[in-house]
Amino acid sequence: MAITYTSGAQVEVYRFSVPATVLIPLTAVFLQAWLPLRLHFFSIFDLPLLITIGFATARRSPLAGLFTGSLIGILQDALTHHPIGLYGISKTVVGFGASSLGIKLDVENAGARFLLTIFFYVVHEVVYFLIARGLVGLHMAWSWPHEFLSGMANALLGVFVFLLLDRVKQRT
Amino acid sequence: MDVLGRYRNLIVLVGVLFAQVLGLAVQVKRTTDSESTRLVRIWAVDAVTPLERVLVWVETSTSSVWHNYFYLRGVRAENRNLKAQIERMSLEQVRMSQDADQARRLQALLAFKEQFISKTMAAQVIGSSGSEQSRSVYIDKGENDGIKPDMAVITAEGIVGKVLRAYPSTSLVLLINDQSSGVGAILEKSRLQGILKGTSSGEVALEKVMSDETVPAGELVLTSGGDGIFPKGLLVGRVTKVGAGSDLFLNIRVRPAADLSRLEEVLVVTKIDERQALPDQTGAARAVDILAGRLPGVPSKPENAEKGDVPGAAAPGRVATATSAGSEAKPKAAPPPVSAGGGATAVRKTATSSDTGSGTSSGTASGTKPAAAGSDAAKAPPKPLKAVVEPKPQPAVEDIPH
Repeated sequence: MAITYTSGAQVEVYRFSVPATVLIPLTAVFLQAWLPLRLHFFSIFDLPLLITIGFATARRSPLAGLFTGSLIGILQDALTHHPIGLYGISKTVVGFGASSLGIKLDVENAGARFLLTIFFYVVHEVVYFLIARGLVGLHMAWSWPHEFLSGMANALLGVFVFLLLDRVKQRT
Repeated sequence: MDVLGRYRNLIVLVGVLFAQVLGLAVQVKRTTDSESTRLVRIWAVDAVTPLERVLVWVETSTSSVWHNYFYLRGVRAENRNLKAQIERMSLEQVRMSQDADQARRLQALLAFKEQFISKTMAAQVIGSSGSEQSRSVYIDKGENDGIKPDMAVITAEGIVGKVLRAYPSTSLVLLINDQSSGVGAILEKSRLQGILKGTSSGEVALEKVMSDETVPAGELVLTSGGDGIFPKGLLVGRVTKVGAGSDLFLNIRVRPAADLSRLEEVLVVTKIDERQALPDQTGAARAVDILAGRLPGVPSKPENAEKGDVPGAAAPGRVATATSAGSEAKPKAAPPPVSAGGGATAVRKTATSSDTGSGTSSGTASGTKPAAAGSDAAKAPPKPLKAVVEPKPQPAVEDIPH
């Protein structure tokens, strides 16, 4: 089975209802803030990032992807004590990239989703790291093994999150 | 025009990124960014924290009902153990009060000003920042409850952090393991001072301790009070690792005493008072009172006893402090430990001085005895003490040293 599309006609574009568009990112940000207090290991996950990727690949619209990523990132930034924009910029890039890639690739199967999530997780972390160090002046340590393992964990969770998103997305 | 349409997505992306980078640069440039982004932060906090509050409330209520009404296994044994612990701690308190009194007296001589926590507010941790890079938590108390930025946040185990931002009904607490935090700290025994900072991996490091100093692993780290946020002497944690650091400083790792990853309830220090150290005027009386209060059948205050400021206290100790001589000769210096019998004798002599209303030289001489009475009585078994504190004025007079 081919995983790349040869023509735009094959691409299926989905949309989400307004309640889903608002409530799902909010729930993701809420869980990201609440769950690590109860389940400490959960801090390794980035649920808002998975939602950003999920929305972007389903909608397949770069503009919608970048705005979704931007808003989710700013919401996430607002809960931290760092300047607003760190997550905003990172997720804008991811949202744009994921939706652009979603046009070219078949992101309906679990394997592609798994690899896509690892890739965008690393992209997200690299962008965040560069901005945090270069613009904000945070002293951050970079560890490839840690990032790769975190990417794997997020990709595993992502496969299930995308399955849930499949249930609420609507064909246009 | 065709080019604009073709690269529309890229142009929008660049525009959005540029706007965010610009906003970021403005925030970084300003020393206080709290006001410029306050509205966005309040919206975000208001969108997320109500649900967190509800969940925490449900969790707490369920746990409370379960533990208070259903799951009571082992409560009797626990109660018995706690009572025994209270007994032990009462005796320990007697001993400590003597040491504290001595310290206060010395501080008073040196005109020291001491800081103490005069008011705290309990708060519940309802959420976190949700980011590994921002080690901070949200509590369910905010400006409406009197919380202000830069208030210290502690637990019974040790310090936690400080209030970074106060919103109407919640506050953001920056934990001590965040890399942007800084706490003035001092090592308990070596008295070396440093700055406690978080690392990027979430550990806590004590910085600015010179590499030619010796710091043993396991030493306690306390707050130094130099940061103006935490009062001096609060427990921070324990040194876990010491190594050579960069430049001229040691690389000291500290394990926080409070478990920062499992915070549930914290105390916000809402008021810190500063006062000049004064010797405790009731120290000796308190020591005896604690013991006397624990004894069964202690007789009520004699009719002719002086009216002091310690209601319900046994006459000997109370009077010993009420008299000027007693107050002068309170247990300032820790006396050498004596036997239980010695302690009992000492108390008897105190009783004598009080009964005679001493302000005389003999009273002063006997007034020095309560020093032993306070501390030694703590070690004395209750039985002989009980026999001594019974008001027998006539035989007691015979014990006045001449």
